[in-house]
Amino acid sequence: MGQRVIVVGGGLAGLAASVRIAESGLNVDLFSLVPVKRSHSVCAQGGINACNEVARQQGYSEYEHFDETIYGGDFLADQHPVLEMANWAPRIIDLLDRMGVPFNRTSEGFRDLRLFGGSLYKRTHFAGATTGQQLLYALDEQTRRYEVEGKVTKYEYWEFLWPVIDFDAPRPRCVGIVAQDLRTMQIRSFRADAVIMATGGPGLVFGKSTNSVMCNGAAAARCYQAGAWYANPEMIQVHPTAIPGADKLRLMSESARGEGGRVWVPRKKGDTRAAREIPEAERWYFLEEKYPKYGNIVPRDIATREIFDVCVNQGLGVGGENSVYLDLTHKDPEYLTRKLGGILEIYEKFVGEDPRFVPMKIFPAVHYSMGGLWTSFAPGSYQPSSPRPGHKSGTTPPIGSDIGQGMQPGALENSRTNIDGLYAFGEVGFAYHGANRLGANALLSCIFDGLFCGVSVVNYLGDDSISKNPAESYAEGVYRGAVAQEEQKVKLLLGSASRPAEERTNPYAIHRELGVEMTAACTVVRDEPRLRQCLEKLAELRERYASVRLGDQATWTNQTLAYTRAVGDMLVLAQAVALGALERRESRGAHYRTDFPERDDERFMKTSLCKFDPQSGQTRLEFIPIDASLVQPRARTYGKKESDAGGKKTEKGSPQPAAV
Amino acid sequence: MSTSAHAASHAQRPSRSAKAGRTVRFRILRCDGPGKPSRWETFAVKVEPGANVISCLRQIAANPVTVDGKATTPVVWDAGCLEEVCGACTMVINGKVRQSCSCLIDEYAPDDNNEITLEPMTKFPVVRDLWVDRARMFSDLKRVKGWVPIDGTFFLGAGPRERPKSQATRYVLSTCMTCGCCLEACPQYNIEPDPEAWETSFLGAFAISQARLFNMHQTGKELAGERLDALESPGGLNDCGNAQNCVKVCPKLIPLTESIGAMGRATTIHAIASWFSRG
Repeated sequence: MGQRVIVVGGGLAGLAASVRIAESGLNVDLFSLVPVKRSHSVCAQGGINACNEVARQQGYSEYEHFDETIYGGDFLADQHPVLEMANWAPRIIDLLDRMGVPFNRTSEGFRDLRLFGGSLYKRTHFAGATTGQQLLYALDEQTRRYEVEGKVTKYEYWEFLWPVIDFDAPRPRCVGIVAQDLRTMQIRSFRADAVIMATGGPGLVFGKSTNSVMCNGAAAARCYQAGAWYANPEMIQVHPTAIPGADKLRLMSESARGEGGRVWVPRKKGDTRAAREIPEAERWYFLEEKYPKYGNIVPRDIATREIFDVCVNQGLGVGGENSVYLDLTHKDPEYLTRKLGGILEIYEKFVGEDPRFVPMKIFPAVHYSMGGLWTSFAPGSYQPSSPRPGHKSGTTPPIGSDIGQGMQPGALENSRTNIDGLYAFGEVGFAYHGANRLGANALLSCIFDGLFCGVSVVNYLGDDSISKNPAESYAEGVYRGAVAQEEQKVKLLLGSASRPAEERTNPYAIHRELGVEMTAACTVVRDEPRLRQCLEKLAELRERYASVRLGDQATWTNQTLAYTRAVGDMLVLAQAVALGALERRESRGAHYRTDFPERDDERFMKTSLCKFDPQSGQTRLEFIPIDASLVQPRARTYGKKESDAGGKKTEKGSPQPAAV
Repeated sequence: MSTSAHAASHAQRPSRSAKAGRTVRFRILRCDGPGKPSRWETFAVKVEPGANVISCLRQIAANPVTVDGKATTPVVWDAGCLEEVCGACTMVINGKVRQSCSCLIDEYAPDDNNEITLEPMTKFPVVRDLWVDRARMFSDLKRVKGWVPIDGTFFLGAGPRERPKSQATRYVLSTCMTCGCCLEACPQYNIEPDPEAWETSFLGAFAISQARLFNMHQTGKELAGERLDALESPGGLNDCGNAQNCVKVCPKLIPLTESIGAMGRATTIHAIASWFSRG
């Protein structure tokens, strides 16, 4: 069979990795819960960030993109990987362009750009308002090409169950996976010399979120329980603008604000007038007022907290409810259709009002996990003698954008977990976004991982320690044991169907309660008593889960089985999130503690690292130092001014227009 | 779509006068697996605010009891993004194919005890209940070589410049989410469970439109001849009966008949050119 690489997950990260590795001549087995073209990356809307020629001539640089990302992430990310990603970004855009992504164009036929959160420059490339879909399709197409050539074998509708790890090797080494066909329910093992987890985020742990139905975090949780470390679990991004719904909270892209959308509420509490009947003077554009420099395009955690504060603490939400207006009605409808058509249609379809003519009503929703499986990296050649002060926007950067300054290209440890041969790419990892992700950096980090760290995987397979002792030479026993463990879990779950049906042990009820609890305790604002209560609730849910009852005994296409199994894994991951939120006694980025409102660099400019204790089934947490060798931390204020709704503005005027 | 057209379609939407706290009945065509008989089961679901077919199916899954009080298994269905951008949750609702996530209960069943019928798509083999296997669609993307043949992933500079008008056309074609609505509605497209037969079975509108998409791209054009050869082969354009149902059901408003027309003209020219080059 030769040397093979397994990629788990067929979103942007998984497909970019598959293409890169297949191109090197190795065989890839690609596993996905869904046909890869339906992966959650399709939901990404706004765009993908990269320095570009227009911005560059105005003073922007890859280095400023790097600095923005570090500052946006509130100085939690290890800095070298972020530098490498920012330097690669323009090259990645060029590659996607060559693949045929229909990026929006200027009248001269160049790629168009838009403004996005956390930057004063237009540096976001986009394809309508379905950029993620278009990038995913381009990579799906390239993957199909390699599938035709026989280099990529797809296992769609297969669920990853467990990594096969050889703990007797000099260092624990991943040599394959156990997976289940969700139609036939067959469970079997697959050998591989490296396994790349590219399984996305855990939105479903919070019940309703902006995520797709398969984003339950179970694959990451299984690696975690098998011995992989999990980092910064508490860093959960709550997107400021989503459309509430009964089944999910649909994203309303940041590009709506980037293209001029204004966030406001009526100044008068409980104002019952329709939005259009409220005169300008009686509207409170609170983001523009508080953040004159960035206005509506402050980073997500800040916008989210301000919206939450206006609605929940001040009771100024539209109609007394938890919602604020996101208003595009001052823009030309034709322009909006051209630039934002896809997302405006989503709003119209699901709410029944046309946002070109009626302001949208939105509220924050869980969106993204900055935390994830812990990974390592080999620092690149840029090693200043001491960290530099923050970059002044638009000034000459200290270094150029050559490859290899941030991370050593091809080093085996790039984006590798603590287990040899087990890699984590994309949202399932933790590397690039610190305590808060900037809009339109996610697509970038996924593709960057696939392309840049894909080479590390290729090199790992070529390393003597692996090529001379390949997975195919391993005895069958290690695989059989892992399969037996998974078969046993399934047997127990199927056997539970004979128990009496009750709410207490209904997996749907357990999941619903989990989502409500996590959303209440572990999202926008957090404090110690509530987090302790949350941990108690999680213990109760786990206790109930131990006697969970399945509603379906079928041995063919049993969705309830897969769902219930994932709920168990979600409970494990939820504990890590809550524990991280409890132990991080400071506020940083998306993590805001009312009892510790300040950032505490001395104690907590550190990665929170979770290790699963298989004996007790509990999470153990420690804090480890980060790589902050490039930029000094500075206060993250985005130029905030104090103001209140009562009309006593501290400063008059509309936000300063962005630099471009 | 122009803004005025949008405003017009918006005006035609049914008003939201749906009754709160009402119950809606779901009549669902069920099947335990390939080769197993189908049966109808009806469930009563209490409608939550903002409910769609997915949220109702979830309620049924959590408590699978029919209106007759009979305990049954949870209904199986395929779903993904729930914002009508992935194509997974396509099914036949009240006789019409569409995505179930964007099917709002307030519009489909505004009154107490209204009934909604759910069936699996008929042009693909049923896996279980409402879940069908659309592998043939992805296979057909291989037949039309639906990709741009780039030189590899090493950095070689930007792609070709493109006029905004061309981008706008390609973008719409590229929003095809492989959902299969156009195939379900097509009288010429028939179910074919045997993968061996796919190579010569009708491609359908979506694949023809994808061929057009890649033939429009400056690098994609390199394979234009091969794509047109595929469209001239058995199961290609000749099988299209011009019923034009495809374009009426496309949830992304892709101009499928325009694509079929464009590819028809291109294959004619291609055939003549091939004939002359043979001479």
